[in-house]
Amino acid sequence: MATFLLRRLGLMILTLWIVSLIVFFAGQILPGDPGRAILGPFAAKSAVQALDTQLGVNRPLLTRYLSWIGGLLHGNMGTSYTYRTAVEPFIRAALINSVKLAVLAFVIVVPLGIIGGVIAALYAGRAVDRIISVTGLSLATVPEFVSGIVLIVVFGVTLKVLPVTAAAGAGAGDLSQFRHLILPAIPLVFVLFGYIARMARAGTIESLNSDYARTAVLKGLPRATMIRRHVLRNSLLPTITVIATQTGYLIGGLVVVETLFNYQGIGNLIFKAAGAKDFTMLEAGVLIIGVVYVLATLAADLLLIALNPRLRIGAQND
Amino acid sequence: MTDITAEPGSSAPLGALGPDAQVAVAVASRATPTRWRLLLRRPTFLVGAGILLFWVVCAIFGHLIAPFNPLAQQLLSANTAPSGAHWFGTDPLGRDVLSRVIVGARDILIITPLATVLGTVLGTALGLAMGYFGGTFDLVVGRIVEAVLALPFVIIAFLFVVAVGSSTVMVIIVIGFVFTPLIARTVRAAVLAERHLDYLSSARLLGENPARIMFAEILPNIMPAILVEFTVRLGYAVFAVATLSFLGFGPPPPTPDWGSDIAADYSGLLAGYWWQTLFPALAIASLVTAVNLITDSVEQVLSS
Repeated sequence: MATFLLRRLGLMILTLWIVSLIVFFAGQILPGDPGRAILGPFAAKSAVQALDTQLGVNRPLLTRYLSWIGGLLHGNMGTSYTYRTAVEPFIRAALINSVKLAVLAFVIVVPLGIIGGVIAALYAGRAVDRIISVTGLSLATVPEFVSGIVLIVVFGVTLKVLPVTAAAGAGAGDLSQFRHLILPAIPLVFVLFGYIARMARAGTIESLNSDYARTAVLKGLPRATMIRRHVLRNSLLPTITVIATQTGYLIGGLVVVETLFNYQGIGNLIFKAAGAKDFTMLEAGVLIIGVVYVLATLAADLLLIALNPRLRIGAQND
Repeated sequence: MTDITAEPGSSAPLGALGPDAQVAVAVASRATPTRWRLLLRRPTFLVGAGILLFWVVCAIFGHLIAPFNPLAQQLLSANTAPSGAHWFGTDPLGRDVLSRVIVGARDILIITPLATVLGTVLGTALGLAMGYFGGTFDLVVGRIVEAVLALPFVIIAFLFVVAVGSSTVMVIIVIGFVFTPLIARTVRAAVLAERHLDYLSSARLLGENPARIMFAEILPNIMPAILVEFTVRLGYAVFAVATLSFLGFGPPPPTPDWGSDIAADYSGLLAGYWWQTLFPALAIASLVTAVNLITDSVEQVLSS
C-alpha cells in the first residue's frame, strides 16, 4: 500500500515536472524580448534593457528555469508582466471563481451522467440506449460556446428567466451568485454528460454480464435488488476515475465558458495572459491547471482503493 | 474538449487495456468489404453524410450559392432581423448573415480533416512503436503522453500561440499534436493485442526488420481500429477548430468563419440581435452532429 502510494506520488511529480518543462520552454521560444513587448516600439533601448534585467529575462535559459522552479517551490510564482505585481493574488482569486463554477457543473453532471448511463445499459441496444448514447456523444462534441449561445438566446434573451453574465456583481448574495452561474454551468454539463454516461454504461453492462450478477439472478434476487446491490457498486468504480480525468478537460471548457459569460476565472485569466503575452501569469496559470489535474487523479485513485477491496489487496501486493 | 473515447483503464495504475481498446481490437479482425455496403443502408449514416455533403458543397461553391457578397457592408441596414431579403438577418456591418454562414464553412472544412489526418498519422506511428518496442521507450513516451494529456487542448494552443504565433497552419499543427497521444494510446493497445500472434513471430523469425513488421504486417491488421479512431477524432476536430476560432485563432477578419463571427458578434446577443450568433452556432452544431452520425454508423457497422 505504501509502495503503491509512493509510486503514484513519484509518477505525479514526474508528470508535473514534464508539464513545467513544456510550459516554461513554450514561453521561451518566442522571438523578441519581453521588455520590448511591454514598453512598445518607441521606448528607449536603455529602458528596455533595464526592464529585461529587472524581469531577469536576459539570463541564460537554464538559470531562468531553475530560478522559476525554485520560486514556485517557495510559493513565489513571479511578477506579472502586465500588472507589474505578484501573480499569486490574481491566480488565487481566479481559481476560487473557477472552482465555484466547476463544482456546480460537477454537482449537476455526475448524478445525471451516472443515471443516464445506467439506464442506457439496462436497455442496451434498444431505442432508449441509442437516444442516450447518441445525444451524449453529440452534446460532448458541441463546443461549449455553441450550446452556451443557444442557452443565452433561449433562457436569457427570449424567456428572460436567467441572467446572461456569470459575475453577480460586488456584494451579491450567495443565492444571486448561484443564479448567475447556472447558465454558464450547463454547457460544461453538456460536454461532460456523454463521457460519464458512456463510462457508467460500459461499466454496468460489464457487471450485468458477470458471474456474480448471474449468481444473484439464479439465487432468485429481484432484478431491482440485484442491480442495486451487485451491479451498481461494481459498475460505478471506473466512472470515478473518469470523472477525475475530466477535471483537466473541464478547465479547457472553462476558458471558453468564462470568456463567453465574462467570468473572472482561471480560464479567462490564462486567455487574457496569452493575448497580452504575460508569460509569468500564463506559466503560473497553466502549471496550476496541471497541479489541479494531477491532484484530482490522485484523489480518484485513493477513492478507488478505498471503495474496491480487490484493488486494496492488489495495491498491497504491488 | 472532452475526450469521450479514452478508455477507463487509461489512468489505472497498471495501465491495463480498457474495454474500449479491447472492442477496437476485436473490431479490427472483422472488417470486410460487404460491411461497407451496409453503411449505405443505415438512415443515420445517410442523414449525416447528407448534411456533411451540404457543407462540403458550401465550402467549395459558397461564393456562387450565397445570395449576397459575404463581405459587402451595408451600414444603413445593419443589425436587421431575419426577413425575406435577408433570411438570417444582417450583422453589425450590414453584411448578410446567411451568406457569411454559407461561405464560412470553408476554413473549418479544410482545417478539420487535415488536422485529423496529421494526428492520425503521427499517433499511429507513435502507437505502433510504443506497442511494438515496449520497454523503456514505451515507458518514457508514455510519461510524456500523460503530461500532454494533463493539459486541456485550449491551453496547449495558447502555449503554441505564445511560442510561434497564430495561423491556419498553427491550428492544424496544434490539433494534430494534441490528437497524437490520444490516437497513439488506442493504436498501442491494438498492437499489444496483436503482438503475440503467430504471424508476428513468423515475421520475426524470417528476420524482417522492425519497421517492415510494424508497417507491413501489424498496420494492415489494426487498420479498422484506426479508421474508427479517425472518425471519432474528426468530430473532436470540428469542436477544436470551432473553439480555437472562437478564441481568436481563426482566419483574420473580414473572412467569414463561424467561430470568429460568433466571437465578433456575441456581445450583440444582449441587445437582442440573436440571429448574428445563433445561425453560425447552429451551423457548427449541425456539422458536429453530421460527423457524429457518420462515426456512430461506422462503429455500428464494424462491430455488428
